Amino acid sequence: MSSLWLLILVAWPALMAAPIALVGRWPNVRETVSVLTGMALLVGVARFIAPIAAGARPEFSVFSILPGLDLAFALEPFGLIFALIAAALWPLTTLYAAGYMRGNDEPNQTRFFICFALAISAAIGMALSANLLTLFVFYEMMTLVTYPLVTHHGDIESRNGGRVYIGILMTTSIGLFLPAIVITWLIAGNVDFTPGGVFAGTGLGGLAAMGLYSLFIYGVGKAAVMPMHRWLPAAMVAPTPVSALLHAVAVVKAGVFSVLKITVYIFGIDFLHVTGASQPFIWLAAFTLLAASVVAIYCDNLKKRLAYSTIGQLSYIVLGAALASRLGATAGGLHIVTHAFGKITLFFCAGAIYTAVHRKYVSQLNGLGRAMPLTFTAFTIAAISLIGLPPMAGAWSKWYLMSGALDVQTQMVLVVLALSSLLNIVYLLDIPARAFFLPGDDKMPRGFAEAPAACVVPLMVTASACLVLFFYARPIIAFIDTAFGSAS
Amino acid sequence: MITAFFNQMPVLVVVVPLLAAPLCVLAHRAFAAWLIYCLASWAAFAMAFLLFVEAKIAGQVSYAVGNWAPPFGIELVIDTYSALVLLLVTGVAALTGLYARKSIASEIAIEREYLVFALMLLCLAGLVGITVTGDAFNLFVFLEISSLSSYALIAMGPKRRALLSSFQYLIMGTVGGTFLLIGIGLIFMMTGTLNMADLADRLPEVYATRTAQAGLAFIVVGLSLKAALMPAHIWLPNAYTYAPSAISAFIAATATKVAVYALFRFVFTVFGAGYAFGTLPLGIVLLALAAVSMIAGSLASIFQTDVKRLLAWSSVAQMGYIVAGFALATPGGVSAGLVHLLNHGLIKGALFMAVGAMVWRVRASSINDLAGLGRAMPLTSAAFVIGGLSLIGVPATAGFISKWALMSALFDAQHYGVMALLLVASLLSIIYVGRVIEALYFRPLPDDVSHHKHGEAPLGMQVATWALIAINVVIGLHATPELEASARAAAALVGGSA
Repeated sequence: MSSLWLLILVAWPALMAAPIALVGRWPNVRETVSVLTGMALLVGVARFIAPIAAGARPEFSVFSILPGLDLAFALEPFGLIFALIAAALWPLTTLYAAGYMRGNDEPNQTRFFICFALAISAAIGMALSANLLTLFVFYEMMTLVTYPLVTHHGDIESRNGGRVYIGILMTTSIGLFLPAIVITWLIAGNVDFTPGGVFAGTGLGGLAAMGLYSLFIYGVGKAAVMPMHRWLPAAMVAPTPVSALLHAVAVVKAGVFSVLKITVYIFGIDFLHVTGASQPFIWLAAFTLLAASVVAIYCDNLKKRLAYSTIGQLSYIVLGAALASRLGATAGGLHIVTHAFGKITLFFCAGAIYTAVHRKYVSQLNGLGRAMPLTFTAFTIAAISLIGLPPMAGAWSKWYLMSGALDVQTQMVLVVLALSSLLNIVYLLDIPARAFFLPGDDKMPRGFAEAPAACVVPLMVTASACLVLFFYARPIIAFIDTAFGSAS
Repeated sequence: MITAFFNQMPVLVVVVPLLAAPLCVLAHRAFAAWLIYCLASWAAFAMAFLLFVEAKIAGQVSYAVGNWAPPFGIELVIDTYSALVLLLVTGVAALTGLYARKSIASEIAIEREYLVFALMLLCLAGLVGITVTGDAFNLFVFLEISSLSSYALIAMGPKRRALLSSFQYLIMGTVGGTFLLIGIGLIFMMTGTLNMADLADRLPEVYATRTAQAGLAFIVVGLSLKAALMPAHIWLPNAYTYAPSAISAFIAATATKVAVYALFRFVFTVFGAGYAFGTLPLGIVLLALAAVSMIAGSLASIFQTDVKRLLAWSSVAQMGYIVAGFALATPGGVSAGLVHLLNHGLIKGALFMAVGAMVWRVRASSINDLAGLGRAMPLTSAAFVIGGLSLIGVPATAGFISKWALMSALFDAQHYGVMALLLVASLLSIIYVGRVIEALYFRPLPDDVSHHKHGEAPLGMQVATWALIAINVVIGLHATPELEASARAAAALVGGSA
């Protein structure tokens, strides 16, 4: 398969933004074009599964940005998984967004779909990037094109949310991430994603490596490691489809994906293991995941609670990377998949609830389960998956994370993970429990009151995926494992 | 015939705008003067491009004015360093020509328009002269030509405050010019020559004398004044704010850049890096001033209520970036300083042009007056956003390339503190650019607003603005040619491999 396809995949959603803009006058045509674009993208990405699993690593260099540094694309298992997730969930979200945006009479829908397409383009660009500079270009592009989505409503609240959003993401990326890349370039003379890392033989010491690693972790603000997490709750002023795809999947996954890539392909797991440079981040991530869960318990705003839940779940992946073991990184890769399906379902449910009954606080949901049984069943399934209980997909990522922790002799992580699961139960299962078991107030709709089908179908699809993936986790793990090749 | 033309090009690039200026006065009609300006500036740009190519092939182009052999006659010397700055100056001048027709017409009475174009040509001739000359005194003469014409240009601004700011600039600029002249006089006294190459040969004999040291000091202070390096920046914000919009764009993109060019031409070519940065502590002085400029300029920028003044303060900060690069006196540092000198010219030119287009419509430039223009002038606002991103240094813009080069150079030279300040200044730029963007897009057009004009800016203004924006993006995506050229220039100035 020609490696020119890599460029085509990245450019495709951005190019299709033009036709989406042109047919903006006819919403049905516009949404059809969007969904078809997404499905075509999914097919294009999926074609690479077999070759990558067989060990192929296609590369494509577009042109040189700086001498010796190209805008270049390459595909490897982590990137392909991230690209697949983004490409698979985009058409679903578009379908959902069509229902949501019309159901709530949102303004500027065409701009919304254009920015969405550009954001997906940035996600694919990150997934396929062959070096840190290319990754950074698309990382910033993603921040910028999602800004109009976050501030979609244009009122004071969304302007303030947008300020925090762009302020934190740009400050961390320009203030920490960019210098980290420059320093890597100067020390190693190479910022290509290289199996085994680029620092071997450069004389980078343990303490310096730790400093550089922390520049990367905090510089990738999208990974939301505390205290760089505030942008994520702030981004919840966006319409729910944005929160669902971008702030549960594309943007935040782009962050943790960057962390994984940097851990595996820039530092190299063996290098980190030997120097112990990532050790502190096991505990910083552990702190983030516990603290975020505690905050989530006290959030009455449903979307905000989910946002803090996301912060916690992202730190599972950061923790997996920081363990500096093969199993940990594998768990991180797997959790990108399982959390994506779980969290997008939860956000779809939150949006469906808002569309159907215009409620956005947890305390208002009592008794709603009888009116919206499908939505709340899906919510329960996804919540169980995020908690990490079988028979849902999330169980596997937690399992591998624990194995990874044992692998590097950090038993305390097990305690943290167990505690976190308990906290997850408290703040997630609370919601369906209220909906199904508590009596509703008198304004509660009687009888069946689900959101439009365009909203309900996607959330049922993603909820089923949480269940199905439990039984098909093995191929994914085997696939991620090919990333390490025969090196270790 | 063709060869004769090519041989005369180094002098023609100065003479064409210089002679076109009186033609504008003779023509007297606004349109005719504009046409003359466009022809002359585009011709100068074309010649600059040819000279750049020639300098790339030959390394250096030398021309003896009036056939008087140097060092006795005036010599014009064009190497890659001067050719790059020459390209910037003539390129911006040519684009300003497209821009100026409507912009000037909306701000200046029609019977005085021809004077603007005549003065712009004089200013251009002066700036071009500074970049091509190889003679120290000749440089001073060209500096005065460009300065005097720019005082007059700024004074033509539509508000009465323009007169005061022009006067302020005149005082400061004259002090700077005088310092430069005293410095040149001192080194002339010691060496008996004014030719730069000749000076470079003879100065080492008198390095140890107080006179030579004082000469360097006077030249550095004088040119820092013209370059608006803190604490000699006082004239700049007023001058940029009250000048006519087209003039702000032209001067912001070129005048201070050429002053920096001249400063480091003297420091590196005439005095030599070893003397200025080894024997004398110029490096640490300039680096400290640059660091102060970066932070103080950015902070001041945040608190401005007028967009033109905001951009002007940001220029003070950006001059700090440029000088910080040069002051490292390493090949990487000089190359990075030069890259940012060019890129910042392109960025600020584009931003001032975009703001000028808004001023064309609103007839005011305070942030409040620009509220809601995001919808009313979508193209101009988009241009401002992209230019602003380039100023911040977002990847895929020219500003990113500058940041990358500067950070690499600072890290290599182990100036981690300055590197951190540079990052802080970049972060501050997010705030001040963000303030304008929020006003453009998040505030509604006031209901009772009565704008002076309606709709988008005229085509010529759009084309010029977007041309600069496009160059920004192209450089951001493919900076290799620019970086290679500036590395060649740096190698010629301070040694090291190209």
